[in-house]
Amino acid sequence: MRPAIFLLLSVPAFSQFAGSFTAASAVDLSGNWSPVIMEDQPERIPGPELVNYAGLPITDGARMWAESWDASRLTLPEHQCQVHVAPYIYRGPLNLRVWDEKDPQSQQVIAIKQYISTYEQTRTIWMDGRPHPSPNAVHTWMGFSTGKWEGNILTVYTTHIKQGWVRRDGLPESDRATLVEHFIRHDNHLTHVSIVTDPVYLTEPLIKTQDFVLNLQEGQNWLYPCEYVEEVSGRPKGEVPNYLPGQNPFLHEYADKYHLPLDAALGGAKTMYPEYQLEMKKAH
Amino acid sequence: MTARLIFPIAVAVLAPFASAQSDLDVLPVQGNVYMIAGAGGNITVQIGDTGVLVVDTGLAQDSDKVIAAIHKISNKPLQYIINTHFHADHTGGNAAVRKAGVTITGANVTGNLTDARQGAAIIAHENVLDRMSAPTGKQSPTPPDSWPTDTYTTGQKEVYFNGEPVQAIYQPAAHTDGDSIVFFRHSDVVSTGDIFVTTSFPYIDIEHGGSIQGEIDALNRIIDLAIPKHEEEGGTYIIPGHGRVCDEFDVVEYRDMVTIIRDRVQAAIKKGMTLEQVKDAGYTKDYDARYDTKTGIGSASSFIEAVYKSLKK
Repeated sequence: MRPAIFLLLSVPAFSQFAGSFTAASAVDLSGNWSPVIMEDQPERIPGPELVNYAGLPITDGARMWAESWDASRLTLPEHQCQVHVAPYIYRGPLNLRVWDEKDPQSQQVIAIKQYISTYEQTRTIWMDGRPHPSPNAVHTWMGFSTGKWEGNILTVYTTHIKQGWVRRDGLPESDRATLVEHFIRHDNHLTHVSIVTDPVYLTEPLIKTQDFVLNLQEGQNWLYPCEYVEEVSGRPKGEVPNYLPGQNPFLHEYADKYHLPLDAALGGAKTMYPEYQLEMKKAH
Repeated sequence: MTARLIFPIAVAVLAPFASAQSDLDVLPVQGNVYMIAGAGGNITVQIGDTGVLVVDTGLAQDSDKVIAAIHKISNKPLQYIINTHFHADHTGGNAAVRKAGVTITGANVTGNLTDARQGAAIIAHENVLDRMSAPTGKQSPTPPDSWPTDTYTTGQKEVYFNGEPVQAIYQPAAHTDGDSIVFFRHSDVVSTGDIFVTTSFPYIDIEHGGSIQGEIDALNRIIDLAIPKHEEEGGTYIIPGHGRVCDEFDVVEYRDMVTIIRDRVQAAIKKGMTLEQVKDAGYTKDYDARYDTKTGIGSASSFIEAVYKSLKK
């Protein structure tokens, strides 16, 4: 923690920036962070199982989208380098580097930058009070983010995110989703809270947490070059792998493997709450 | 349907795409290219030392605002208009914008050079002129001063302007029968017209030569032209007919959606399902919350109907 800097930036000498810069941080998030990979480990490696939508507040439309999704779609050249969007990428096996971008004249923090090793993504969290772009502006994997300090918590609001995953077994997140995050440092431990709101594919906000530990050694695996190749030879041009309605051969696989009712595997907001256990007991 | 009736109906049908805001949104896209949103269909503006080129002109009622917005981007002479197709939300401003521009002719100008001024040239596929005009002696659906002045019938029309090659590439039987996508090769921007929109399901105007297979082929052509910069992001930017600035991946997701729904309707037809049965089957449910405009063009119902009728042809 750097309380001295916090006090320095609060003195009247810096009042000329009032209104254009938010309050400086009381916490320094800079450094290399590694994920606590055993946390939600199956979600990270090998990744979620097909038709496991349990505990996610998805719409009927999202469920239909996912049931139509054939994993072979990822073999299409234009899908091979598809990046996990900001609300999902922190669940990956990634290294995370954080640093401050400072105005050379005032030394005020203009932005907090993050380099995320998975897919080589650089995130910019603007801290200078700038507005979000026009709704007609381009969307990106990481979106457009602005941040502010709420006590010792960095709160970030992100818009302009591309279409991506709620879960990478086919559950979609739309390009109308927005994201609120809280970065909370506890000494050498960093908690990341994400709250996704998607008016297209979620019936209520999806709240997740994940944790990182400070890595004092220069991390490895910082690169993730991706160049598409022809994975399926002879595929007709324009073909998009998908399952027609009612023809997904994996519909029951997850539910049967874990002896769950299919209704639970198919998710929805009701499956998020403890009361759903009673409903399952009644039905089975 | 007589030619006289086509224009009023076209305007009424396009109401959901009408200008919804009083102020235009002007965005720099990349290189020499800007996008103007809010005047009906999106307008692409290319500027440079030589002059100004626009792709589409928006609704007629917004012409003054559009011309003012163009002048704010550049004070150079407006020399070229390229129409992506004939619909009034993309060509309605043709007459006014052409009048605000100038054609600099090549050789054989005699007398004062101002004699050569005749407004901006309007480039489009020949079928756009056919849709906007009428045979001699018949009432045309649009006024003659809005018609294309420079049409092409082969695969593409090329212009070298403001230091970059600009290609208008014909896409047969897609959104209509006269679609061009416009590729700015140096700026690396593609303007798609209504082949690609981010605000609704595709509007396939099968009464005017559009088809589902042509629409899919055209979307794949846009994807072929686009090259992402890094990890399927950036690089070539795409200006849709309506909606926000995009890159290749946005078109890919839209292409996937159109292809998947085509596959579902095709399978339903093979099973002998009627149009009403297909409409009731909910084949667009996974995309409705994102793209269904509920009524008129761009709605799930009209899209399914167009796909069905196109596949049954």
